[in-house]
Amino acid sequence: MAPSAFLWLLIAAAYFLIPLIATFLFSLKSNQTGKCCTVSNYSWVIHNHGFWESLKISSLLALETIVISLALFVPTIYWVHLRVPRLRPVIAFLALIPFVVPPIVMVVGLLRFFKGTPDWFYAKPWGFLAGAYVILAFPYMFFSLDAGFRSIDVHTLTEASQSLGAKWTTTLFKVILPNIRAAALAASFLTLAIVMGEFTIANLAAFNTFPIFIQYVNESQGFPAGALTLLSFGITWAAMLSLLLVGRKRGARSAVIAGGR
Amino acid sequence: MAYLELQNLHRDFGTVKALDGIEIQLGEGEFLSLLGPSGCGKTTALRLVAGFDRPDEGRIVVDGKDITSVSPNKRDMGMVFQAYSLFPNMTARQNVEYGLKIRGRDKADRRSRVSELLELVGLGHAGDRYPHQLSGGMQQRVALARALAIEPRVLLLDEPLSALDAKVRVQLREEIRRIQLELGITTLYVTHDQEEALSVSDHVAVMYGGRIEQMGSPAEMYSAPATPFVAEFIGTMNRLEGTVVDGGVDHGGKKLTIEAASGRPTGQRVLVLVRPETVEVTPANGAAASGNTLVGDVVTQTFLGPVTRLKILGTGVDVIADVPTQTALGLPVGTRVAAALPADGVRILELKEDLPEISEEP
Repeated sequence: MAPSAFLWLLIAAAYFLIPLIATFLFSLKSNQTGKCCTVSNYSWVIHNHGFWESLKISSLLALETIVISLALFVPTIYWVHLRVPRLRPVIAFLALIPFVVPPIVMVVGLLRFFKGTPDWFYAKPWGFLAGAYVILAFPYMFFSLDAGFRSIDVHTLTEASQSLGAKWTTTLFKVILPNIRAAALAASFLTLAIVMGEFTIANLAAFNTFPIFIQYVNESQGFPAGALTLLSFGITWAAMLSLLLVGRKRGARSAVIAGGR
Repeated sequence: MAYLELQNLHRDFGTVKALDGIEIQLGEGEFLSLLGPSGCGKTTALRLVAGFDRPDEGRIVVDGKDITSVSPNKRDMGMVFQAYSLFPNMTARQNVEYGLKIRGRDKADRRSRVSELLELVGLGHAGDRYPHQLSGGMQQRVALARALAIEPRVLLLDEPLSALDAKVRVQLREEIRRIQLELGITTLYVTHDQEEALSVSDHVAVMYGGRIEQMGSPAEMYSAPATPFVAEFIGTMNRLEGTVVDGGVDHGGKKLTIEAASGRPTGQRVLVLVRPETVEVTPANGAAASGNTLVGDVVTQTFLGPVTRLKILGTGVDVIADVPTQTALGLPVGTRVAAALPADGVRILELKEDLPEISEEP
């Protein structure tokens, strides 16, 4: 490697690593004395009930959002590519709206809109918040999946499958889905990352998700907040890794999509 | 009785008449090629038979049953597409097995049938490879095996060789024909390549503008084209415009004696069709042109192997002639030659309108 390339790599690595290392050193200081080095902050986090509770809520919310989004968007985008390609630009435009509308505006709108709905929906994260997160994940889902669908010949594969006797559901699950697996995984990662870090909507709708807990600790406990930050960082990465492993389990060899000849 | 019938099929796309009253009757086990330039409606016709599209008018009947409104997954049509139709996530074996799995065949049955088919297409050794590990020709063989696996009522081939190299193309088309004859499967083949169509089919239907211009055996189509378009499209043809005069045709002031002209009204505008291989070329030696002889200069020579194609241009003369390569050596570019047209065996068609331009395939 050329020396200049190495230098740039070093600078880039430093940009990401220095804050992590600094946070790590900070998290080793005692909450009582402010001196190094102790793991008591980590122990405090791990033994905190709020940590586990909020982590559980956010993880399940992420999972729910991913499942609902995939179930909603995969067939829709498949259908658009197959039958109404003229609608694609319209949907792409709609998908940009969650980017453009500030979360604060969106949450106020949603809260007003859903006011008066049953408690099992309105007062539970699994209802209202999941609904809001599906909207928030829409752009990421759409653009990832759309790229996936564009990388395969949806028409020919569908027609080939049909002529062999398959119903459209069989075609979707046996032929189309395995070939857009990479795109579906990417969409799921992004959704996971969004849900694990989303603060504004959860805060205004008064749900105790993981980011709310981090914020709470951050305000009240200096050194444990460092430990919590690193732990949340690790947890998010572990979640993405597990998603990757689950997704790869069956299709590692088949992930390569034959390119144009 | 016809096994596959396309009855008065019409299909419009907006203002474009993709199919304008197609009639086809095909016996069981026969091989029909739909031949024509792009946009002639041949693929539309095939897609209607496959069920991927519905006709605006007309019926499709297979073995006496009207299948016009049957959905494609219930038609039992084996289809081979132009390219990239293999499921990328499945091996060759799994691709072939797919249709059998859907039909709920048991595992042992599937296994033996898949092996049998892969052997049939010469890929017994490559069953475990994924599509991206196969060459274009191999992929199309797998696609053929996959289509045949379901024992289709009709085999539909949509330009299956167009994405392949010339050599593989010739090899594979012969193999498709061999397999078709071996299995006795009724086959509809779409192509824009006339050589391909003529070499493998029992019948050829030349299509233009959503209509069938002519349908017949390859030999008939070649030797007796019924319309100027067919004459233009099949093989290479000299087209000499002229008007009927007593006992022949006046072509640019030169009277050609042509038997086929007799009985036609004098003054009728006609097209005289002469195959290049029937034109005899000799050095002109300054002698005046006599009989059916057109005099001009050789302007290009195209080596085609056993024969060489000469383009001959002169005053009002523009013909091509295929002469034995040995003869062509004595007629270098620039030689003044006499091109003699045969008096019989030449076809004449009435010229009603200007000939359509034949667009190049992409």
